[in-house]
Parts: sequence; structure tokens; C-alpha cells
Amino acid sequence: MDISTQTTDAPPPSPEPTLSGQARGARGATRPGDRVFLGLSRGSGILLLVIMAAIAVFLTYRASLAISRDHGNFLTTFEWNTNLNPPVFGIAVLAFGTIVSSVVAMAIAVPISVAIALFITHYAPRRLAGPVAYVIDLLAAVPSIVYGLWGALVLVPHMTGLYGWLDRYLGWTGVFDWEGGAPRSMLTVGILLAIMILPIITNVSREVFRQVPQMHEEAALALGATRWEVIRMAVLPFGRSGVISASMLGLGRALGETMAVATVLSPTFDIQASLLNPGGGTFAQNIASKFSEATQDGRDALIASGLVLFVITLLVNGAARAIIARRKEYSGANA
Amino acid sequence: MAKRIDVSGLTAYYGSHKAIEDISMTVEPRSVTAFIGPSGCGKSTFLRTLNRMHEVTSGGRVEGKVLLDDEDLYGAGIDPVSVRREVGMVFQRPNPFPTMSIFDNVAAGLRLNGSYRKSELSDIVEKSLKGANLWNEVKDRLNKPGSGLSGGQQQRLCIARAIAVEPKVLLMDEPCSALDPISTLAIEDLIGELKERFTIVIVTHNMQQAARVSDRTAFFNLAAVGQPGRLIEIDDTERIFSNPSVQATEDYISGRFG
Repeated sequence: MDISTQTTDAPPPSPEPTLSGQARGARGATRPGDRVFLGLSRGSGILLLVIMAAIAVFLTYRASLAISRDHGNFLTTFEWNTNLNPPVFGIAVLAFGTIVSSVVAMAIAVPISVAIALFITHYAPRRLAGPVAYVIDLLAAVPSIVYGLWGALVLVPHMTGLYGWLDRYLGWTGVFDWEGGAPRSMLTVGILLAIMILPIITNVSREVFRQVPQMHEEAALALGATRWEVIRMAVLPFGRSGVISASMLGLGRALGETMAVATVLSPTFDIQASLLNPGGGTFAQNIASKFSEATQDGRDALIASGLVLFVITLLVNGAARAIIARRKEYSGANA
Repeated sequence: MAKRIDVSGLTAYYGSHKAIEDISMTVEPRSVTAFIGPSGCGKSTFLRTLNRMHEVTSGGRVEGKVLLDDEDLYGAGIDPVSVRREVGMVFQRPNPFPTMSIFDNVAAGLRLNGSYRKSELSDIVEKSLKGANLWNEVKDRLNKPGSGLSGGQQQRLCIARAIAVEPKVLLMDEPCSALDPISTLAIEDLIGELKERFTIVIVTHNMQQAARVSDRTAFFNLAAVGQPGRLIEIDDTERIFSNPSVQATEDYISGRFG
């Protein structure tokens, strides 16, 4: 057992790492290789910013054209009628559906992913851990249209049993009320999205759990912790910020997923409390189903909805960063 | 209450590799026993067999008996988790839980063992931190992370965490090797105080340290690389460092090899 190779007596962490600052501060003779590499990396950085700015400008410009023509309220109208003159459309239904389907997906996928990652890193015998990890990786390689087809042809017909059960025991909540329509609804979409985002959350969590220093796990063991208590005392707290990052990657995919949602959902333009009754829509699904037949005005309206999705994604990422930063001094990064 | 350790015929393996062979010794309660010997001689492995931490390593297994008073730690039906609650351990590198505050670090073992009232918990945490000579340095920042302390303070925090659950035996695996001389001195003083209450076993590479802190010293050696480590002799520390009965011990402590 080799637990002694890491250095733990690192200096107290400075609030911001300043590596690049130091490198830039070092003046003196520069070599051609350094200059080339500096140019390349600086160019790549600038290119990234330019691309982001270009996307933002494009989205904002086209969106502003559409919104100025919109005769409804862009944020609250429950309608998407871009062929009227003047057009009437609003993103309320899409925002609701996007968030609801993603929340359902996260609620299912995050616990299962964390459990699989813990199984692979801490419970499974080595013979089993490799194959399990490999199969999870394979899930990530399946194209989303295939998930969509599988969802529509296999998952949807098999959901009626679960729907009936949920309706019978939990229907009174309203959230699980089912009127017996085809299960092409937000819950099925959420389950499908959960399967799709499972691999990324599992893989990133697995890497994080694998990096928990042996010495923290031994500290818990030596106090008389069982395997589960070791995980609770040393592994999960250490991996917390990594699991949040992993979940955000998964959430990003769920928010933006297009084909699978468009194939499974039967969309309507209304908001309902029930996850089981068909209807609703998401930003990406709405763009995919309407884009090819849309007029110029219609396309601008769809682009405006895309801008809102962009903003939601930014907000979610900001929130995740804030959560991670709030407990930075406890993160274990300075241990 | 401190307990006696009685080891007989203990052999430990890593997979098929025999790391230590046929070790027998007795450690008296409320005493400090130091293990010395060259690197790779199995003293840390032996230490880890005393709280069943050796078997945590993949392929680790043990033959022989370790009696804690009259109870065989390797007997049938003995849960290794409950063994580790009786036999505490301090590691080479200070390893406070980075995600916990100073208070929670000390309380970690207590929370595993049962539920305590808040006031009870604070009393035990205060007593343990005082026992580890750390209270005065941290009493105003108990809610700050333990990883913000200096290396020596972190190690004393780990000692406070280990003694908070009132173990019968305290094992220390080179507890000062990552510390500066002043922190080392603080830990050594602390060991002197702790032996009033606990049976202490310490592995050290520093022979002056063994001479300073221990009552008894055990010298381990191995015949050649790849051979299992063996206990060469165990005796009163004074005798080991002045007039050992085995030539190899004298060669080692006088610096002629190793």
C-alpha cells in the first residue's frame, strides 16, 4: 500500500491560482518555440471568444427582429403562431417543458449514476468493474436519434403499466394524474433523457471518486468506519463538487436534447401539472419540428427561443459554479 | 482502559508475497513500544495487522494470533470494523478529513459509534483537543476546515480524532516523518502524556525518537530484499540502545548499515 507519495504539506491555498500571471511576468529572452506556442494558444483563446461573441450577436440580432414583430408577449404567451399577421408566439410552454423534462431526467439519472460510479470504484471486484464501465461508455456512443427510435417504439408502449400504477397510487397529487392517452409525455421523455445522460454523469463521477486520496479513506477506516461509512465520510464529500460538475454536463445535454425528445413527445402548446398526460414541448424539440417549414419570420422566432435556451444554460452553469465555490475551502483541493 | 497486546506466530502476506514472518511479542498496557528497522522490513505492515488494516490492501492476509487482553482479533466472528474502533491509528501523513471542520474531524469517530447530545459532543471534542495539546491553538476556530492548519497541528488534530473514541491501543505509523523538528517535539511530548491512558505502538525511522519516547524497542530486519521481515529482538529501550543482545541490532543503531 503506497500512500506516502503525495505531498500534503502544500502551502495554504491562495485564493486565485496565478500560474499564467507568473508566466507572463517572466521577462527576458524568448525562444522561437515559446513564441510560436504562445501565438497558437493565445490565438485559440481569442478564436473561442470571437466565436462565442459571433453566436451571441447572431442570436440576439435575429431574435430582436422576431420579438419586435411578436404581437403576443414573448415570455408569457401560450401560443406559437408565426404564420399569423402579425405573428403571435411565446416561450412559456417551451421553457416549462424544457425545465420539467430535464429535472425529471436529473432526478432519475444523478442518484443512479453516483451509485454506479461508487459500485465501479468501491464495491465491484476488478473483474466486473472493467466490463461495467465499458458498457456505460458504450451507452454514450449511441446516437440520439437511435435513442429516440428506441424510446418511441419500445419505451412508450411499455410505459402504460407504470403510468397506470402511478395514476392509481399517486394520481391524487395531480403530478401523476393520467387520463389514459399514449405515454408520449414529459415523464417518458424524462426517463429517456435520464438514460442518455447517465454515461456522462457516471464517467465523470467515477473519475472523481477514483481520485479520493487513499489516506482519507484509511483515516475513516481506522476510526472503525464500515465501507458505506467510508464512502459517506471521505468519498462523497471529496467528490461533491465533481459530482455537481458531472451533473451539469448531463443537464446541459438534457436541456439541449433534440431528436430523442422530438421523436417521443407528442407536443401541444400548453402547460399542465401532470407529467403523464401527453403534451408540452421543449425548446430544442420545437425548433427541430418547426424549422424546416418555417417562414423567415418563423425562423427568427425559433432563433429567439434558442436564445432563451442559451440564457437558461448560462444561468444553470453559473448557479453550479456558485454552489461549488461556496464551500471551496472544504473542497479537499487544499489537502 | 488500556489493554495488553499479545502477538504469537504472526505472518502477513501481500498476495503470494510473504511480508513478515512468525512474529511474536507482548506489549504492556500504558507503555510506549517503538518499532525500528530498515525500510521494507515490515514494521508498518506489522503495525497494520494490529488493527486489521493490513487486509484492506488487496491481497493482504494474515496468519497467527493477536490477543487484545484475552480476545483474538483474528478470531472467528470478530468484525474488523469493531477491532478498529478499539485500536486507533495515526498515519504518516496528517490526514484530517478535508471536507470537515476541526470540530467535525474530532467528532467523526464519535458520530460513527452512536448518537451523542450536542453538549456531550462538545465536551468530548474539547477534552480530546486538550489531550492532543491543540485546544489553545484552535478553540476560536473550531468551525474552520482542518486542512487550514499547519502540518504539525493537523497531525495533532488526527491524534485528537483518534483518542476521542477512547481506544484501548493507539498505533502510530511514523507520525513525525512529515513534520518539522518543533512539531515533532510537540508530538513526542504528547506521546509521553498519552501513555498514561493508552497502550501506544509507534513506528519510527528516527532512532533518537525511539530512544526519547519509548519504554520498549523492537528491532525488525530482513535477510535480503524479497525475503520476509522478522522481529530480531525486543527489549527495554535503554538496553537496545546501550547493550543489545543481537549483533545486527547494534550494527543498525550504530549506523553500520541500513
